[in-house]
Amino acid sequence: MNKYQVNENGYYGDFGGAYIPEMLYPNVEYLRQQYLNIMYEPEFQREFQQLLKDYVGRPSPLFLAERLSKKYGTTIYLKREDLNHTGAHKINNTVGQILLAERLGKKRIIAETGAGQHGVATATVCALKGLECIVYMGEKDIVRQAPNVARMKMMGATVIPATSGSKTLKDATNEAMRDWINNPIDTHYIIGSAVGPHPYPDMVARFQSVISEETKIQLKEKTGSEYPDYVLACVGGGSNAMGMFYHFLDDENVKLIAVEAAGKGVHSGESAATTLLGKEGVLHGSRSILMQTADGQVTEPYSISAGLDYPGIGPQHAHLFKVKRAEYVSITDDEAMQAGLLCARLEGIIPAIESAHAFAHLEKMKFTGNETVVICLSGRGDKDLDTYTKYFDL
Amino acid sequence: MNRLNQLFAAKKTPLLSIYFTAGYPELNSTVDIAEALQKAGADFLEIGFPYSDPLADGPVIQQSSQKALENGMTVELLFSQLKDLRKRVSIPVLLMGYFNPVLQFGVENFCNACAEVGIDGIIVPDLPIYEYEGMYQNCFADHNLSNIFLITPQTSDERIRRIDNLSSSFIYLLSSSSTTGKNLALNEEAEKYFARIQEMNLKNPTMIGFGISNRESFDKAAQYTRGAIVGSAFVKFLDQPDSMNRLPEFISSIRKQ
Ligand SMILES: Cc1ncc(COP(=O)(O)O)c(C=O)c1O
Repeated sequence: MNKYQVNENGYYGDFGGAYIPEMLYPNVEYLRQQYLNIMYEPEFQREFQQLLKDYVGRPSPLFLAERLSKKYGTTIYLKREDLNHTGAHKINNTVGQILLAERLGKKRIIAETGAGQHGVATATVCALKGLECIVYMGEKDIVRQAPNVARMKMMGATVIPATSGSKTLKDATNEAMRDWINNPIDTHYIIGSAVGPHPYPDMVARFQSVISEETKIQLKEKTGSEYPDYVLACVGGGSNAMGMFYHFLDDENVKLIAVEAAGKGVHSGESAATTLLGKEGVLHGSRSILMQTADGQVTEPYSISAGLDYPGIGPQHAHLFKVKRAEYVSITDDEAMQAGLLCARLEGIIPAIESAHAFAHLEKMKFTGNETVVICLSGRGDKDLDTYTKYFDL
Repeated sequence: MNRLNQLFAAKKTPLLSIYFTAGYPELNSTVDIAEALQKAGADFLEIGFPYSDPLADGPVIQQSSQKALENGMTVELLFSQLKDLRKRVSIPVLLMGYFNPVLQFGVENFCNACAEVGIDGIIVPDLPIYEYEGMYQNCFADHNLSNIFLITPQTSDERIRRIDNLSSSFIYLLSSSSTTGKNLALNEEAEKYFARIQEMNLKNPTMIGFGISNRESFDKAAQYTRGAIVGSAFVKFLDQPDSMNRLPEFISSIRKQ
């Protein structure tokens, strides 16, 4: 597995590392020393597996989408992360990190959120464990994603608006990091995607890797083979995609496709297609690929889906992109919205707009009829009903 | 020996360093402010080059960075503004900012440009020791640039020793783990920490920064270290009417003449 995994210095090829100010070093370093020991303690694993089963509702089904399969002329399975408690894959990571935070002796949890899915998943596990929860959310996103703000508050979390910069996910992440700098003793920061300083990208990928672990077993049962031909997932920071790819990385016959948000078009100036528009750079503690100006100022991304509206990708994705282990493609707002509607009409499943980006790429693929395709259905579309309804004038 | 080493060797009274953001409040105010600060009695200067995501900074410096970027400040423009810095300013000058703009400019180019305009040191809070040692230390050294590291009360003794070995002018002490612009923690814990650092007998002198805003905090800092660095309080002061003519007033509000 080593070729695509993090090395002992915290790097994936040229990407990763821990580009953090000294104030964050003691916490991040302690986490680095401890995370693997803690995660693989039998007692941790027992509690983690138990919660995934009884609280999250895992294993999530692998569903044969017959009408979609018929339309595209191949065999398509959906990995149903939308059926998890709180409605997305995000909870796999927050359950893991809350158990870790407890064992690190932390009493106060902070998180950033864009669409609010990670904020909700964090508020949920904090309620479960009786820990204080503070969620930073861009002022603009608080308005766009009001139902998720209400859910967080109902579960006892404090939602603090990020009013700096562009007032979206990137700024919420800055604010969470500033909070951690100012609260170095009692606080754990639950990052919501496979981003941030080492060991976060690796830790989040490991917690999300349950997605591909289950998929392999389920595929074997259904098709006799553990290996699909294609695996597709959308990429914001990259956590559902990393979880979906994880156990297939070494099987080079499995084609991995990561779908980014092109927004209003890759060259429209309103896009979040990081691998196409970005350059190598450093943001939020890691060296990766980043949308930025020639002067190294981070540029504002845009996507109709708040969860993909991020100017970077995790360092492991940057590596998979650079060494061409995975293919990075992009899908516009319009393509994603149409794919979301199609999935609703053909399968009776309303996907999150983030996930709909992965579905939209099916239109661009050529199939012979014998392929097995797995799509990570990372979340349900309830949070997006307002956007869907307005878009289609339903 | 660069200007910083000479200053620390020559001057025995408490040192005062002032931070300000290049391109703020006006795009072209950078060198004027530097010159006026020297006249007003500052011992050395830190000029911040702005970044869109300054995650170690509190609201005051965040806003000055944002305004500077809106004004059109870039790393390239800053170096062109600093072309005749050394005709007007003789005290040590450091550049302070985040790593991404340096990386895009090219670390080698950046060091070259610093040397050309007469910069003495660099503070890049998010450039970690591991990367610095492995990739950039030689480049800094070749251009006679000091790299300034931060330490906090949570930094282990072992790591402080390592930082001391990597430093060549001074070490930047934070009174508590915090973003810029909070008030200096003047509690027992902070004093114990300052005393612990004093007892370590480091090779490099230390200065306290982050949260120094008045004479009380300056005097406290000077009791344990060579002096202090004032950032947010000065950036805030620049916003006041007629601030450029009142710089001596600001300096003497911090340090007794
Ligand atoms: C349903 C869903 N899918 C995907 C994402 C994107 O995140 P990541 O790339 O980390 O999976 C989000 C983020 O909010 C989400 O809510």
